[in-house]
Amino acid sequence: MKNKEIIRLENLSRNFIVGEETVHALRNVSFTLGEGEFVTIMGSSGSGKSTLLNTLGCLDTPTRGEYYLDGVSVRAMGKNARATLRNRKIGFVFQSYNLLPKTTAVENVELPLMYNSAYSASARRKKAVQSLVAVGLGDRLNHKSNQMSGGQMQRVAIARALVNDPAVILADEATGNLDTRTSHEILVLLQKLHEQGRTIIFVTHNPEISQYSSRNILLKDGRLVSDTLNPRIQSATEALAALPREKD
Amino acid sequence: MNLSNLFRIALKALSNNKMRGFLTMLGIIIGVASVITMLAIGQGSKLGIQEQISEMGANMIMIQPGGDMRGGVRLSASDMETLKMVDYENLRSEVRYISAISPTVNASGQLIYGGNNTPTTLYGVSADYLDIRRYSIDDGSMFSEQDIASAAKVCVVGKTVVDNLFPNGENPIGAVLRFNKIPFRVIGLLQSKGYNSMGMDQDDLVLAPYTTIQKRILAITYLQGLTASALGEEYSEAAMEEIAEILRRNHRLKEGDEDDFTIRSMEELSATISSVMDMLTLLLGSIAGISLLVGGIGIMNIMYVSVTERTREIGLRMSIGAKGSDILAQFLTEAILISLTGGLIGVILGGGLSWMTRSLFGLASYIQPWSVILSFAVCSLTGIFFGWYPARKAAGLDPIEAIRYE
Repeated sequence: MKNKEIIRLENLSRNFIVGEETVHALRNVSFTLGEGEFVTIMGSSGSGKSTLLNTLGCLDTPTRGEYYLDGVSVRAMGKNARATLRNRKIGFVFQSYNLLPKTTAVENVELPLMYNSAYSASARRKKAVQSLVAVGLGDRLNHKSNQMSGGQMQRVAIARALVNDPAVILADEATGNLDTRTSHEILVLLQKLHEQGRTIIFVTHNPEISQYSSRNILLKDGRLVSDTLNPRIQSATEALAALPREKD
Repeated sequence: MNLSNLFRIALKALSNNKMRGFLTMLGIIIGVASVITMLAIGQGSKLGIQEQISEMGANMIMIQPGGDMRGGVRLSASDMETLKMVDYENLRSEVRYISAISPTVNASGQLIYGGNNTPTTLYGVSADYLDIRRYSIDDGSMFSEQDIASAAKVCVVGKTVVDNLFPNGENPIGAVLRFNKIPFRVIGLLQSKGYNSMGMDQDDLVLAPYTTIQKRILAITYLQGLTASALGEEYSEAAMEEIAEILRRNHRLKEGDEDDFTIRSMEELSATISSVMDMLTLLLGSIAGISLLVGGIGIMNIMYVSVTERTREIGLRMSIGAKGSDILAQFLTEAILISLTGGLIGVILGGGLSWMTRSLFGLASYIQPWSVILSFAVCSLTGIFFGWYPARKAAGLDPIEAIRYE
């Protein structure tokens, strides 16, 4: 049985007008993504992957083509509707974590639920704690963002992305600011979430990441040049174990 | 986003930058405190002057002869003889809006007792004069209708006169003073009133029956003036009209003839002073209001800095689902919180300052409840007005750019 379709792109194009010129950031990109897939979107800078990420994240709308997120057409949506859609369906993880300064882990994770009036203060807190436990930070609930390491901060960010039970987690160079060991720890976590059935899109220019995902999409000059399934998904846990031990 | 969440976020943002928040607030605190203090001082002086006027008799109406021309020469009021005894009697029996009326005939000169003498003014009045000018008898008694009818040589003296004539502290009651060789027996002492707001000694006077002054000192039959007291300040006008009507009738003035008397009321004076004081209050208040405005600009400035500084936070909030209106509300709440907290502290500080000017410097001050409400309202408006533009800027940010802002 085929998995439920989460994302469908149909001939998606995005043009920017810069001065006199029209820049074609995306040209006729089409693909569909099922529930539970772990996809890496790769490409060098200028390949259009940031634009694609913005579009997938409902921050931007395509110039042409259709984008369905969880069955909903995003193209014609207004700003506010997209904001609500982001709040309910998408979890963002950024390269630079983007945690609020001087704010505790649990408060950071609660943040998306603040914009969802369905959650009471206590329900919000409960959900945030669950989310932090899920990323292995159950003992760091009340640490402030400046008291944590980069890896811990990115875990908090992932917990924040999980807290609204999103249809898809969008990670933008989520390991870009981390050292190799910490990067692998984050990948272990993402693989674990993948096993639990989460849909993850990981945008990166680092080809190594693609070994750990189930599917790889490659962009070049705004065009989709390859879309392959990964037959041999590497275990990030094993890779982490294989890394040379740090010696102090 | 509901109100309690907005409030929580704003509080959090402010506590992250306590010093900055406080300094921004300080502008509002100083603005509000000075508005309240200035208005309190203005109102206080106004009330103080009104109180002094009412001490002199706020309902007082003064009638003087006037407008008399003799061969093209306008004569001074005291030389004119247009006010007669019959005027006094008619006014006393006919005017409904006055509670008391007294003729006035004055004589100045040296008053002698034994080896001491003092220059003073003898006021020839009726017993009503005490009520009109708010004097009261300290010791002894006021002269009676009988004394007036018989032009008795009795007098009631003020404290300054007593001090000058009786330096050794003898009891003046019963003593016989001489004025222009005429003996006056002291039958009463006036309660001291001190100096009035114009710096005049209100205790330097001697009251005697007006008939005595008319017949025995000035040898006149007319009156130099009349002093009356309206039933209340609000009846001054009506009383003045009635008085004018009766005097015109008595003096057989035809329509179109100029009045041969002038009527003035304390109420007029009080209204003039009030309007001057209101102007002063307005002036003080607007100067203080400028500092409130400057405080508001301070808020705007800081909010702009804050929006720029927190661009990434705004980008993040938008990417996780905040609408433009949520961001607008967040920054607006912050600005209003600053201005209202500042306003509250300012009100307390202003109250304290007004109290201090009163108790330490003896300056009259009175906090009008409306001035507190006004400054509070101005404060919230300041917060909304000056917070609006920065908040709009924040709400209008593009999340894609904001999230990657360095």
